[in-house]
Amino acid sequence: MKNVIDIQNLTKRYGELVALDHVSFSVSEGSLFGLIGPDGAGKTTLYQILTTLLSPDEGSAAVAGFDVVKDYRKLRTEIGYMPERFSLYPDLTVDENLHFFASLFGVKVKDNFDLIAPIFDQLKKFPNRMAGALSGGMKQKLALSCALIHRPKVLLLDEPTTGVDAVSRSEFWGMLATLKEKGITILVSTSYMDEAERCERIALINKGRILDVNTPGRLIEGMDRNLYNASSKDMYPLLEAVRTLPDVKDCYTFGATLHITANDGFNPDDAVSKLRQKGLEDARIWPAKGNIEDLFIKLAKEDG
Amino acid sequence: MNANTLKILLRKEVSLMKRNPIIPRLIVAMPILVMLIIPLVATLDVKNVEVVVVDNDRTELSRRMVADMDASEYLSVTGCYFSYDEAFRQVESGKADAIVTIPKDYLRDLTNGKRPELDLKANGVNATKGTLGAQYATMSAAHTLVRWQMEQGITIPVQEAAVVNLYNPTLNFRNYMIPALMVVLLIIICGFLPTLNLVSEKETGTIEAMNVTPVGRLEFVLSKLIPYWIVGILVVTVGMLIGWLVYGLVPEGNVVNIYLAAVLFSFVMSGLGVFIANRSATILQSIFMMFAFIVVFQLMGGLFTPIASMPRWAQCITYAIPPRYFIEIMRSVYLKGGTVADLWMQYAALSGFALLFCLIAAVTYRKRA
Repeated sequence: MKNVIDIQNLTKRYGELVALDHVSFSVSEGSLFGLIGPDGAGKTTLYQILTTLLSPDEGSAAVAGFDVVKDYRKLRTEIGYMPERFSLYPDLTVDENLHFFASLFGVKVKDNFDLIAPIFDQLKKFPNRMAGALSGGMKQKLALSCALIHRPKVLLLDEPTTGVDAVSRSEFWGMLATLKEKGITILVSTSYMDEAERCERIALINKGRILDVNTPGRLIEGMDRNLYNASSKDMYPLLEAVRTLPDVKDCYTFGATLHITANDGFNPDDAVSKLRQKGLEDARIWPAKGNIEDLFIKLAKEDG
Repeated sequence: MNANTLKILLRKEVSLMKRNPIIPRLIVAMPILVMLIIPLVATLDVKNVEVVVVDNDRTELSRRMVADMDASEYLSVTGCYFSYDEAFRQVESGKADAIVTIPKDYLRDLTNGKRPELDLKANGVNATKGTLGAQYATMSAAHTLVRWQMEQGITIPVQEAAVVNLYNPTLNFRNYMIPALMVVLLIIICGFLPTLNLVSEKETGTIEAMNVTPVGRLEFVLSKLIPYWIVGILVVTVGMLIGWLVYGLVPEGNVVNIYLAAVLFSFVMSGLGVFIANRSATILQSIFMMFAFIVVFQLMGGLFTPIASMPRWAQCITYAIPPRYFIEIMRSVYLKGGTVADLWMQYAALSGFALLFCLIAAVTYRKRA
């Protein structure tokens, strides 16, 4: 399959700060690709380069076959971009925004309505409401509709689910899956690790560097090895105590429990008895299922 | 340049402008405020200079001189005193602005061919009032003398000084201000408003969405400027109508000259506005930058203080201030009936500035960082 997004050694500096450090990866046609990383990892900078809003300092990138520097004009007609910030006209109505963006690309709303119909469904009820007066989830749907109305080949979504409730987030990912089925290549970034598992392939990015690129399944493969949960009534003393145990590589909070990564020689039963000696009577340790977040913490730690 | 895209963008701008809570009202209210109130307030006309008279001659001529002064539109004789000291106390207490002393035997000396002198003293604390008051009093006295002379059929060796003010015969300050005040309207409407509009797209983030579309920068910027150019021309028209209906002032020259200057000046202000917008990230920054220019433009463009009364170095600076040329054209066309041929230098300067500012605006405008 051919690559729709091709990024080679992309580097961008802001003075001393290196926002992107020789980033390379590619996204194949018709896939749902996730860019996962914490705030400040360089995700938005990467999006701005891919959408031709920013020039790279080094390296090259091509989207839909067009170079972001040389063919930026042609590139702009092939992409749909949804920036992190709501960027529609708050003083135009829902319908006006949609028709405005459609006409800028020289298309009619009704010609491409099939593409946005499932997304736009809930917005149809208030076509004359000002975009600025919509709720967060509705704004996001309208922004996605406007980014899609010219039937782009590539959809670039920068943290689309930030600030959206859990139900709307799940619904949004459902929509992305539908769009993918229609052959649109999607690059979506998020700082929610749980969303990463809904992508076909993901790139982990931290401090401007790509840590790893693979399918979520492959990435967490082997993560279960020597990964344990630990819990106790007094979580903080437990964390301190576990870190002093032999064969423990790392221990960090993970939701309501602690996750322990250990060497092969780690014995959970020995560890529990040692913890009980230290007065943590109710300490428990049991095997854990690894996920992207564990991987991310591991990679970020190795990366320094 | 894509005409269709421009049409779409313009339609959007017009609907946004209509929904804006301030702009449409400002466009209506500002010309009215500027044209109706400022000419009345910002006047340098000196009226009702209060004169006290010390008449030591007490002849028909001296009485007539005093009566003529009192009848003048600009002077009012508030009292006649027997001694200079008494009159001076009136000035000291602020009840009078000037003292006219007519010497003893003034009429007799005059008839005998001598050259008697009137004594005139004016309070110089308010420099304008003092100077003009003294001037008015001198003119009034000279006028009385000439008329009296003609009636008597006597030729007295009095130097005749007839002052005729060309172009603005009544020296009405309003006639001087009204044409120039339109500069204020254009500075705000064609410079300030599009700047705010452009920067607000940056603040709301909509500019990002626009920049990833195939919309060219020229279409985008033109879509911001054209509505304000049209509004600017409308406002100049309203200003001229107010000048005619309220002040009875109509341009001596052809209005085409005025519109040409207004269009050129709009381009100058828009270019500057776009440049400022390019350089500011927030509305606050752009307001401060614009304000710096507005203050200099209004105070050094010759709107209030005549350029000729500025120190030489300041006069040199005014050549770099575009409103100067617009104001010169407006005053000349309104009062002297100037034409493009007469004012080619001013038109050329305005065109040069328009070109320069638009070029700077184009060069500094970037869709990508």
